[in-house]
Amino acid sequence: MTNEGPERIGATRKESRRLLDLWWQEMTTADETGRPAAYTFVMGSLNEILRVFDFTVNFPEITALQTAIRGQSLGFLQAAEDYGYSPDICGYVKVDVGLQLKGRDHPHGKVPRPSLVVATNMCNTYIKWAEFWEHLYQCPVFVLDLPAWRGTGAEASLDSQTFQNDLRYVEAQLRELIALCERVAGKPFDVDRLREAMAEVNRMAECYHDVLALNRRRPAPFNAVREGVVYQGISNLFRGSPEGTRFFEVAREELRERIRLGIGTVPDEKFRLLLSGTACYPYFRRFVELFEEWGGVFVHSTYTVFAGGGFLPGFAYDLTRPIESLAEQLLYSAWLGFSTPMFSPQEWLAQTVREWSVDGICFHGVKSCRTTSAGLPDVREWLRTRYDIPGLFIQSDLVDPRLWAEAQIKNRVDAFFEALASRRAVAGR
Amino acid sequence: MWVAGVDVGSTQTKAVVMDGNRRIMGRALIDTGARLTEAANAAFRLALEDSGITEQDVASVIGTGYGRFRVEFGHAQVTEISCHARGAVYLFPGTRSVLDIGGQDTKAIKVSDSGQVLDFCMNDKCSAGTGRFLGAASQALEMPLGELGPLALTAKNAVTMTTTCTVFAESEILGWLARGRKVEDVLMGVHVAIALRSVSLLRRVGVEPEITFTGGVTRNVAMVKLLEEITGHAVNVSEESHYCGAIGAGLYALDRALVGAEAGAGVGER
Repeated sequence: MTNEGPERIGATRKESRRLLDLWWQEMTTADETGRPAAYTFVMGSLNEILRVFDFTVNFPEITALQTAIRGQSLGFLQAAEDYGYSPDICGYVKVDVGLQLKGRDHPHGKVPRPSLVVATNMCNTYIKWAEFWEHLYQCPVFVLDLPAWRGTGAEASLDSQTFQNDLRYVEAQLRELIALCERVAGKPFDVDRLREAMAEVNRMAECYHDVLALNRRRPAPFNAVREGVVYQGISNLFRGSPEGTRFFEVAREELRERIRLGIGTVPDEKFRLLLSGTACYPYFRRFVELFEEWGGVFVHSTYTVFAGGGFLPGFAYDLTRPIESLAEQLLYSAWLGFSTPMFSPQEWLAQTVREWSVDGICFHGVKSCRTTSAGLPDVREWLRTRYDIPGLFIQSDLVDPRLWAEAQIKNRVDAFFEALASRRAVAGR
Repeated sequence: MWVAGVDVGSTQTKAVVMDGNRRIMGRALIDTGARLTEAANAAFRLALEDSGITEQDVASVIGTGYGRFRVEFGHAQVTEISCHARGAVYLFPGTRSVLDIGGQDTKAIKVSDSGQVLDFCMNDKCSAGTGRFLGAASQALEMPLGELGPLALTAKNAVTMTTTCTVFAESEILGWLARGRKVEDVLMGVHVAIALRSVSLLRRVGVEPEITFTGGVTRNVAMVKLLEEITGHAVNVSEESHYCGAIGAGLYALDRALVGAEAGAGVGER
């Protein structure tokens, strides 16, 4: 990044728009030309391998989220429900099903047909979702089985015998996937291109962790929900590419400049918050505003970790043994993903509260995702009783605007801030 | 000095006027209807009349409830969660848990001895198990709300309601009646369903005595009895319980009048 001083402010947003446009152009072109396209997911993404075979990679969770932010998810949800999907099935799945049934015309462009689907067991719904595409398009589906459901406190050390056993299993599956990609793409595997992509991921991961850490500063230079969703999008879509790395370099520079100039995300940062879960994307701006009206800023979010592309703190790919190292990363992030911060995040949240100087945690239960929402009350209770960390529990959905009740949510948010302010006043006496 | 609290709820609007010694000097209760601003104005005027003062005598007004932002003459707004907590501790200083069953939501609040909200929990985006559920029963049975509780207490063999969905309540009630069950047994089933759901919310924040019950449903004797049976604790209720949110708002208004607007109402006034 060559911009100096205040010129850096706004550069990240400009670059993110350019990259998202680029991705949609590639998706639309792939649909028009019939270039092979692969569908994959944000958790357990295999973008590094897919990139080697020049697949255009579609992330249906991201395309679903984008319809919601554009205020157009409802039509797709209704199309899926007309087809027979019940209202409590994952909103992301239903938006995508509606999108596929309505000819793959997305508000941002055209989604190509899948030539290949690559799923993992990181979310149980992924597998049923992949089956839908398989039935619709008769395309091959590859499910990477990551044996990571070992429960809290499982030995996730890279050196443990259990991990090494599991690692061989994952590595063997990756070799099967590579063979499948060769058949579908009609080109041989090039290990040097995989190394290049992995080297970019190493560089991008370093920047990504730097970016998240910069929000320890007060005032926080970015909102981990509003800007965080953009970071997540780019980290997944451009994982393993020079553009992706460059994006996070631009972001890092802009944030450092914001810190130097003392620019926060609200005029007066009064409360620092952590979001456990996702935002409600059909009301994305309003969701953030409800907190900002009180001077509340999300300085961190669990979503930037478990859906951030699988970047592990302190982990870098070993490029001398790329496939084994890729397997390590996938398995290790799955182990960590299931123990922290997605399913048993108590200690991770408590540590983040301390390190990011967080005043309270907002737990957002997602009506159409029982998998991630089921444990939220337990976690909230644990943190309240063990560490006296205030927690707010609200519910709506990722993409379904019908599940948003502004009056009720605002009431809870306002009461939470009143309690935080009262707590601060009592502590200050 | 005089202050006022106006609680614009989904079903009813309550207003109280207090003096500088925290004494309730006037009160009013009206149906909210569709025009929230008019309801707030009307309740405020009636409370002023009841206390024998004029609007010019009032130093500070706080609006609360779902329609708090429609209390256009108010100086600030505070949620009914904070207000019910404050009001409950005012009415019963030993209060540590507050249960408010309102028209469209139920709140369980854990409070400190000063009325500070330590934790709270509310029902989902649905009026299941709230005061509205009793309203549905009243409609289905064509019986005034005030008669439901006393009749329910005469039940000998309460039915088990399978739903607490307000929409389906009516058909389930009619279903039980069609099967020959007595009205009082059906009514007690309705009360038990609401009480269980409400106590479940209370358990989420931790049931700690004293428990103070607030909101319009406090006038229902069957509900009070059931809450005591299910929690195993006495439940505080007073004649003023229905006004608890407005009382809390009045207390915040008094804080504001005493310490000045800059210091806020002590709950993070923006």
